[in-house]
Amino acid sequence: MSDRIREKLQILADAAKYDVSCSSSGSDRKNKDKGLGDASHSGICHSYTEDGRCVSLLKILFSNVCIFDCAYCVSRRSNDVQRAAFTVQEVVDLTINFYRRNYIEGLFLSSGIFKSADHTMERMLQVVKKLRLEENFNGYIHLKTIPGASPELIHEAGLYADRMSINLEMPTEIGLKTFAPEKSHQEVQKDLGLVRDRLIQLKDERQIIKHVPKYVPAGQTTQMVVGAHQESDQDVLFMADKHYKEFKLKRVYFSGYIPINTENNHLPAVGSAPPLLRENRLYQSDWLMRFYGFQVNEIVNEKHPNLDLDVDPKLSWALRHPEQFPVDLNRADYQMILRVPGIGVKSAKKIVQARRFGKIHIDLLKKLGVAYQRAKFFIRCEDSPKFQKELSSSFIRQQILTQGSSKYVQQLSPQLSLGF
Amino acid sequence: MFNDEVAYYFDGSMVGLLSCVFRAFQFKELQVRLCLNDAAQHGLFADKIEVSSNDQYAERVWSALQKKLSSASLRQFYFAYLSESLDAYQHLFNYCIYVFSSHSSVEKDYSNPSVLAIAQWTKKVGREKHRMEAFIRFKKTKDELFLSLVRPDFNVLPLIQSHFKRRYQDQRWLIYDEKRKFGLYYDLQEVHEVSLEASEVDRNLKNGMSQSFQLELDEQEVLYDQLWKDYFKSVNITERQNIKLHVQYLPKRYWRYLNEKLIEY
Repeated sequence: MSDRIREKLQILADAAKYDVSCSSSGSDRKNKDKGLGDASHSGICHSYTEDGRCVSLLKILFSNVCIFDCAYCVSRRSNDVQRAAFTVQEVVDLTINFYRRNYIEGLFLSSGIFKSADHTMERMLQVVKKLRLEENFNGYIHLKTIPGASPELIHEAGLYADRMSINLEMPTEIGLKTFAPEKSHQEVQKDLGLVRDRLIQLKDERQIIKHVPKYVPAGQTTQMVVGAHQESDQDVLFMADKHYKEFKLKRVYFSGYIPINTENNHLPAVGSAPPLLRENRLYQSDWLMRFYGFQVNEIVNEKHPNLDLDVDPKLSWALRHPEQFPVDLNRADYQMILRVPGIGVKSAKKIVQARRFGKIHIDLLKKLGVAYQRAKFFIRCEDSPKFQKELSSSFIRQQILTQGSSKYVQQLSPQLSLGF
Repeated sequence: MFNDEVAYYFDGSMVGLLSCVFRAFQFKELQVRLCLNDAAQHGLFADKIEVSSNDQYAERVWSALQKKLSSASLRQFYFAYLSESLDAYQHLFNYCIYVFSSHSSVEKDYSNPSVLAIAQWTKKVGREKHRMEAFIRFKKTKDELFLSLVRPDFNVLPLIQSHFKRRYQDQRWLIYDEKRKFGLYYDLQEVHEVSLEASEVDRNLKNGMSQSFQLELDEQEVLYDQLWKDYFKSVNITERQNIKLHVQYLPKRYWRYLNEKLIEY
C-alpha cells in the first residue's frame, strides 16, 4: 500500500512541477469552528528545492492521463511516460497529513484531461469539497481550471478554492496553434472571464447583502511558456499586460521552457539550457508594471521589442531616457524616485518619509539600503557636488557592467567551473 | 561634553530596559552606555551604575511610550527587543530618549541612527519569525501530540504563538526552543509555557546530525515523513539546479530541523 502511494506521488508531483505558480498569498480564509488551517495573507514558503524554487503547496496532478497532445507538455498523449491517478481520498489524506505537520500551506491541484473536461473538473471538485466540507480544512487551495469545463462546475469550484488559474501556455496564438492544436487562447479567456464576471457580480452584491459567499478570494493567475516558440519579449509582456488589465489577474507567470520533447524538432532540443536569464528579465519587467508604475510600452516597444539581457529593464529604461535624470531626491515626487535604478519600493518610501525631518545626504542613502553604486549616476542629494560632468548613457552602462557580474554569468557560462 | 558618559548595568529583561529609561530621565543622564549585568567589560572612565528592574517604573515608561507611538512602532520596539542583542537594547534606549525629548512624532525619522537601527532589527527578527512559521516540522507521537524542537536565532516563540494557535486548533502541539529552554504547548484549549529536556527527546541534539526522536511515534509518521522526502525530491527540476540560491533561502543551520534535508554520517 505505502509503495503504491509513494510511486503515485512521485509520478504526479514530477508531472506537476512545470507549473511555476506556488504562491500561497492573498487569501483571507479564516479557521472556523476549531477546524484545521488558516490562510496566511502573505503566504509562506515552507521549503526550497535545490533549483531554488519555493515549496509552498502540495503541487500535484490528479491524473497524468491526458487526451490532449500538447508538444511542450510532459503528460501529452503521445509521450511514453508512466501514467497514474490518485483517488479522491488519497489526495485528501496527503493534504491533511502534510498540512498537520506544517510541511505545506495547502494544495495545488491540477490534472491531465482524462475522458472529458467536465469529468476531470468534477473529480477535482470532489477533492476540494471533501477537504472543505468534511475535513473542515481552511488552508490554501489553488485549483486549475480545466479548459472547456462547464460554467456550472467552474462556478462551484470557485466557492471552495482560494485561487484559480488557467494557462495561456504560449504567448502568441500562432505558437499555441503550432504546439497545442486542441487549445486556443479564446477558450482560456472565456474561462478567465467567467470567474472575473462572477467576482464583479459578488462585489456588487456585497454592498447590498451582508453575507455573500467567499469566491476565489486570492484571485486568478495564468502562465506562459517562454522560449519554446519564436516570440519576442514584446509579445510576452503585451500579452501579460492585456490580461492584467482585462481579466484583473493577480499574477502572470513566465516559465522558461525546459526541453522535454525529443520528437518535435520545432522545439528546443533536449539538453539545451532553459532561458533562465530571459525569464528573470521578464519577471523584473512584470514587477516594474505592477509595483513601479511603468507602462508596458515603456519597457518594450516596436523600437525595443526585446529586453536587454545585460542590464535589468529598469536600468535599461533609465539609460534610454537620460532627459529624465538626474533626480533630485530632496524634491522629486515618489513616482520619479521609484524610477531611479538602485532604489526600490521600500527605500523610496523611506526617502520620502525621512526628508520631512531633514535633507537627504549620500551617507543616509547607503544606510537606508539604496544600491548607491548604481543609483549615484541618476540622483542628486544635498551633498552631491554642485557641478558634475554630464555622463553619457553608454559610459554609465559600461561603469555599471564592470562593477559587478550578473549572478547568471557563471551558470550560463560554457566554461566548466572547478569549484574554487 | 567630556567624561560624563555613564554605564547602566541591567539584567537584559524588558522591565530592566524600561527601568533604565526611567532612571535616565530621573537623573537627567541622557548619554548612557547600556551593559548587561554579567558582562565583564568595564569602560575605563565610565560611571558604573546598576539599575534594578522595577515593574512600576517599567509600566510607567511603557504607558508613556504607548501615548507617543503608533501601534506599528510599539510592535517594532518589541520585535527589536526580542533580538536579545545589546546593540538593539542600546538603540531602543536611545530611541526612547529621542521620542520623549521630541514634541512631534519622530518614529519615521530614518535619519536618526536608532530609528533606522530599530527598523533593521525588526526586519531581522521578523524574518526569523517568518522562518519559524515556515520551517517548523511537527512529528506526530504515539499519543497524538505534534511535536517540534527548534533553535531560532532570536527569541521568536512569543511571536509565532498566535499563528500556530490560529492554524492548528484541533490537534495538540508543542514547539520547543532548545536554546532558550522553554516551549509552547497547546492542549486544545490554551497555550501554556512548558519546559523539558531536549536531549532526552532528540538523540542527535549534541552531534548536529538530523533530528532523531527517541519517543514512540505514530504508526503513520514514517510513511508521511517518507512521502514528504519523496515529494521534495520529485518537484525539483534538475535542469534548473541552483544550489547557491537553495542555500541562501534554506541556510544550513536549519537543515537538521527539516526532515527533507537529511544530514547524517
